[in-house]
Amino acid sequence: MTRRDALVFLALTVLLVAALAFATALGTANVPPQRALRILWDALSGAEGDYPAWQRTVLVWVRLPRVITAALVGGGLALTGAVMQAIFRNPMAEPGIIGVSSGAAFGAVTALYLSATTFSMLAAPTGAFIGALGCTAVVYWLASGARGRVATTTLLLAGIAVGSMMSALTSFVLALSLRQWEVGRQMLSWLMGDFEGRSWGHVALVFPLTLIGSLWLTLHGQELNVLLTGEESALSLGIDVPALRRNLIIWASLVTAGTVAVVGAIGFVGLIAPHALRLILGPDNRRLLPAAFLGGATFLVTADMLCRLASLSELRPGVVTSLVGGPFFLYLLMQSKRAWAG
Amino acid sequence: MAFLELDKAWFEVGEAAIARDVSLVPAPGRFLALIGPNGSGKTTVLRLLAGLLVPTRGAARLEGRDLRRWPRREVARRVAVVPQNTHLDFAFTVRDIVAMGRHAHLGRFQPEGARDRAVIEEAMRRADVWRLRERLVTELSGGERQRVFIARSLATEAPAILLDEPTASLDVAHALETYELCRALATEGKTIVMAVHDLNAAARYADQVAVMQAGQCVAQGCPADVLNAHLLAEVFGVEAEVFHSREGWSAFVFHRAGVAAR
Repeated sequence: MTRRDALVFLALTVLLVAALAFATALGTANVPPQRALRILWDALSGAEGDYPAWQRTVLVWVRLPRVITAALVGGGLALTGAVMQAIFRNPMAEPGIIGVSSGAAFGAVTALYLSATTFSMLAAPTGAFIGALGCTAVVYWLASGARGRVATTTLLLAGIAVGSMMSALTSFVLALSLRQWEVGRQMLSWLMGDFEGRSWGHVALVFPLTLIGSLWLTLHGQELNVLLTGEESALSLGIDVPALRRNLIIWASLVTAGTVAVVGAIGFVGLIAPHALRLILGPDNRRLLPAAFLGGATFLVTADMLCRLASLSELRPGVVTSLVGGPFFLYLLMQSKRAWAG
Repeated sequence: MAFLELDKAWFEVGEAAIARDVSLVPAPGRFLALIGPNGSGKTTVLRLLAGLLVPTRGAARLEGRDLRRWPRREVARRVAVVPQNTHLDFAFTVRDIVAMGRHAHLGRFQPEGARDRAVIEEAMRRADVWRLRERLVTELSGGERQRVFIARSLATEAPAILLDEPTASLDVAHALETYELCRALATEGKTIVMAVHDLNAAARYADQVAVMQAGQCVAQGCPADVLNAHLLAEVFGVEAEVFHSREGWSAFVFHRAGVAAR
């Protein structure tokens, strides 16, 4: 790692810590920022302070889990986006490319539809998780030919085909539910991606998969690098390509499914964060994957904070990520020559 | 026991036999040139030798053991491949690419050691890409990239190197350097197998040639015996004038069959 890379990592870490602190300290409920930091510190160290109990409740039970959920989701999506772009050697690849997101959407709306009367926090996440993994498994099974060989192009196309069928079914279930206003609203809210009301329970849902998966993927950075030089090339350098690709897809899908299940579909982070960091750090996945996690986490925490501060419930994190991320990405693209070769 | 061999190997896709009944024993210390027209099966033979394809009949063996029964990592330490297509979409530096040659020698948590770095540097120097080491492979010419992949194969320290038309996009000076490098590597004891279109180079630098035609190996032996006007007419459909150099190797000038030499 060069000194420049080390500086980039330092900057990314500082930015993430700052984003976490600001996002927790700032909000519409009127707690002065300085006191907010005090309360956080006390909560971490277990001390009591002389401030109203509701302020501590707002911070520790409302804002903090929401911020941490955003960080894990942003980090997980950015990292799996980078992994998918490497597996498919395709700059357009994003975490949902083989049907994870569309399967999750179908699972979530179905679960919400079926559980309309017995409302549960777990309905949408459970349905989404099952839908995501089920859809991925079907796509993978469809694409695997003789002797367990999986062609990436087939995988990609099968993902698109199954994905569009899932979207159609999602629309159908949504249309069925529009008569029940509250259920329809829940579904739309989930489909647009939302951090509203995410609790420590949600953190517990997303935390283990995201962290274990991200760690596993990061540890396989050099294998991914070799895979980027071509399938035969990777085989000849000693990599069991079919097994590696299968494991990478399984872990990337698990992480994506975990994040999508908890917050719904958040676009753009998984596409743009890896690109932005690749332009800064180059394509070496040993550095790119952890950097993408840090960058994606910072990005989504910031986007969510902006949504809350704007006090417009119509402004969704997904809208902010696209509106802010698009121009930033274009700027980087114009600046750097370390782009995709053309 | 042969170090590396194809034993009556076939490779069939459906009805078509891309390699049929090919037996080949590249030997340590020898430079074997694989020649033949386009589509005659040269690349398939190299892939079979590298274990990248599995023969549908017959066998490919490494150190006497069927290649299918070797772990990929162990094969990678013994047989290196320089692919025909070296195009890359990702902006790795030249050094990054060459360092990938060490992959089969390093554990997951094991960083490059001093010896790895020395091997990588030596590989880059021998393939004449040392001065390109900080450049991005996406900015290199096709010929420079081919040399980078030759350097990567050297970095593996594999005793056998299989090259698929490594000089296809090299200028004449770098092509000669590549042939001479392979010649020198063979003399040092490596097993070199090179698919090559330049018959003059095959005649001059190789110890052995194997001639492919429609999936079959129709002739093999030392260049002086195999490469004669009759065989070249038979396999390539060209008329060849043969000249003999003072050093004893043959050189050819080719004419389309039926078009008399002026």
